[in-house]
Amino acid sequence: MTADTQSPEELPPISRERKEPTNVSEYFQAWWVKVQAGDLGFLPIIIGLVVIILIFGTLDSRYFSERNFTNLLLQMAPFATIAIGVVFVLLLAEIDLAIAFNSAVGGVIMTLLLRPDDPGWPWPVAIGVALLITTAIGAVMGLIVTKAGVPSFVVSLAFNLGLNGVVLILMIEFSSSGTIRIADQTVRDISNAFLPDAWGWILGLGAVAAVTGAEILKYWTRQQRGLPNKPVGILGMQLGGLAVIVVGAVWYANTDRGVPFVMVVLGFFLVFWSFIAGRTRFGRHVYAVGGNPEAARRAGINVDRVKIAVFMIGGFMAGVGGIVIASRLQSVATNSGGGPLLLNVIAAAVIGGTSLFGGSGKVASALLGALVIGAVDNGMNLQNVNSGVKFVVTGLVLLAAVLADAFAKRRQAASGVR
Amino acid sequence: MAEPILECRGVSKHFGAVQALYKVDFEVLPGEVMALVGDNGAGKSTLIKGIAGIYPFDEGEVLFEGKQVSIHGPKDASNLGIEIVYQDLALADNLDVVANMFLGRERVQNGYIINEASMENSARETLDGLSVTTLQSVRQVVAGLSGGQRQSVAVAKAVMWNSKLVILDEPTAALGVAQTRQVLDLVKRLAEQDLAVVIISHNLHDIFEVADRITSLRLGQTVDLFTTSEVTQQDVVHSITAGRMKFVPGMEQEEATT
Repeated sequence: MTADTQSPEELPPISRERKEPTNVSEYFQAWWVKVQAGDLGFLPIIIGLVVIILIFGTLDSRYFSERNFTNLLLQMAPFATIAIGVVFVLLLAEIDLAIAFNSAVGGVIMTLLLRPDDPGWPWPVAIGVALLITTAIGAVMGLIVTKAGVPSFVVSLAFNLGLNGVVLILMIEFSSSGTIRIADQTVRDISNAFLPDAWGWILGLGAVAAVTGAEILKYWTRQQRGLPNKPVGILGMQLGGLAVIVVGAVWYANTDRGVPFVMVVLGFFLVFWSFIAGRTRFGRHVYAVGGNPEAARRAGINVDRVKIAVFMIGGFMAGVGGIVIASRLQSVATNSGGGPLLLNVIAAAVIGGTSLFGGSGKVASALLGALVIGAVDNGMNLQNVNSGVKFVVTGLVLLAAVLADAFAKRRQAASGVR
Repeated sequence: MAEPILECRGVSKHFGAVQALYKVDFEVLPGEVMALVGDNGAGKSTLIKGIAGIYPFDEGEVLFEGKQVSIHGPKDASNLGIEIVYQDLALADNLDVVANMFLGRERVQNGYIINEASMENSARETLDGLSVTTLQSVRQVVAGLSGGQRQSVAVAKAVMWNSKLVILDEPTAALGVAQTRQVLDLVKRLAEQDLAVVIISHNLHDIFEVADRITSLRLGQTVDLFTTSEVTQQDVVHSITAGRMKFVPGMEQEEATT
């Protein structure tokens, strides 16, 4: 583009100049304006999480214990893992109802392949094959949704039933008791081992350092190009906040048994998929297809390929989650993948702020939503309430999250933010 | 006279029994705003979509910069330097201005990481070059923009790719007075930058303000080619509603006198 042929003097003056906040107080003002306009970001969920923790903490002091903290992390890890895949599927305004039984298929197949001498495959191969199969199941669903044009709700509902059947068939075929124990110690350690204190610190601080480095690099690049940056104070507060949370969590976990190893797995996938969603062309295309499929198609994006890839991500993360669950229970059973798992993982993604209507949400919402679900679940367990009450309360939390989202959307529509 | 940047010679297109276009001639010169007018069903959109490569013409040839070309899709069109701004704009509401302007053509570094800073630079340059200063921030999501701002973003998106020909489908249809003003000014600036512009509109007032020439279609045929300064709106209205057709539908051998 050539800008030199312009002669701005001749043009009618058009309203105001672009302006972006330059200092901390302006930034907060701009943020507050956005919040008032209904662009809440992670605010409601963080407030909600704090409220939930305070309520259960006052009901039972054990809730704040170090032991319970690491337990909470162990409980919510599988939800968060599977919910990452759900976030991607929801970003496309699709749904995958087969995700829970797909995770069970992953867990069962891995366990079968690990049975000593029969065939007794090494754990990396068993895990690899299990993930390959769950990913392939996702691919088949994606193919049917895109090529046959059947709504994903119906396709995944069919797969939900079918995969439930597959789990039962496999369990009946290979087990008389209805459970198969996992013999492999490495796999059992995924959800049962804890990092030595030093490694907890190294990985935790390393993650903070990596994020800080990336942010500083971004700041510097934008500075070089003369683009506006967010105020240094804000950047400092955000990075400082992250550091405080990570240091606090590692320290508290270390006073108990240490940071659960599964958090390394979860952390890796959170960072990896956040990167894919936020920084790569593929991620950008996922958001575009979710926001306006027609615009994406006209922009030359292969919409079908994006959709199939996203269903594959859903299947892959379901498989990872299934392995994490199997490892935590050190076994798989006929009821694997059943119960409230499906609704919990979808609820986690939605409570975390991912819209059911596509195009809006972040991978991190899987973690936040799973923390909420885990915090409620864990608190109710301490209260010794029956599972009926647990479901009711979890349902109310989900309803509250969806209502908060709906009110925010209405505010946004009214104020023209979106 | 300068060589046309785009020239369609005798292009036809039928959908089943419906003859949507019949031996249409159409041309645009560089730096010219060519208006394409016609009643509903006259074949304006069919012509545009054919040029864009959404579907092929049945017969006739399309020349771009004097060379015969065959366009098989939006990618081919944009490779040649043809960009089309559709009436519904095709912007993703959930993405910001920069992301929309680069949609499907994101700049990457190291093979796959989106180079946001570089994209933001170019987006700002393009918007500034078109004197689009109504946007508060290029990082605003498109959903929050007014109709005129959205149109500006869509046009800026189209011209950012060193395009030579920009086709605007009803760019002012849904806009208010002030926003229409913005868009018409934008159209004039495109022509000043030596781009060829095709503008489809039902609003003759707008057309008479920006267009250098007017092609009128009626029932799938070209009926008139006006130079705007030499005709009145009445002439154009007459051409649109009752222009003499060159061919009698279904009887191609018997050319009527023109």
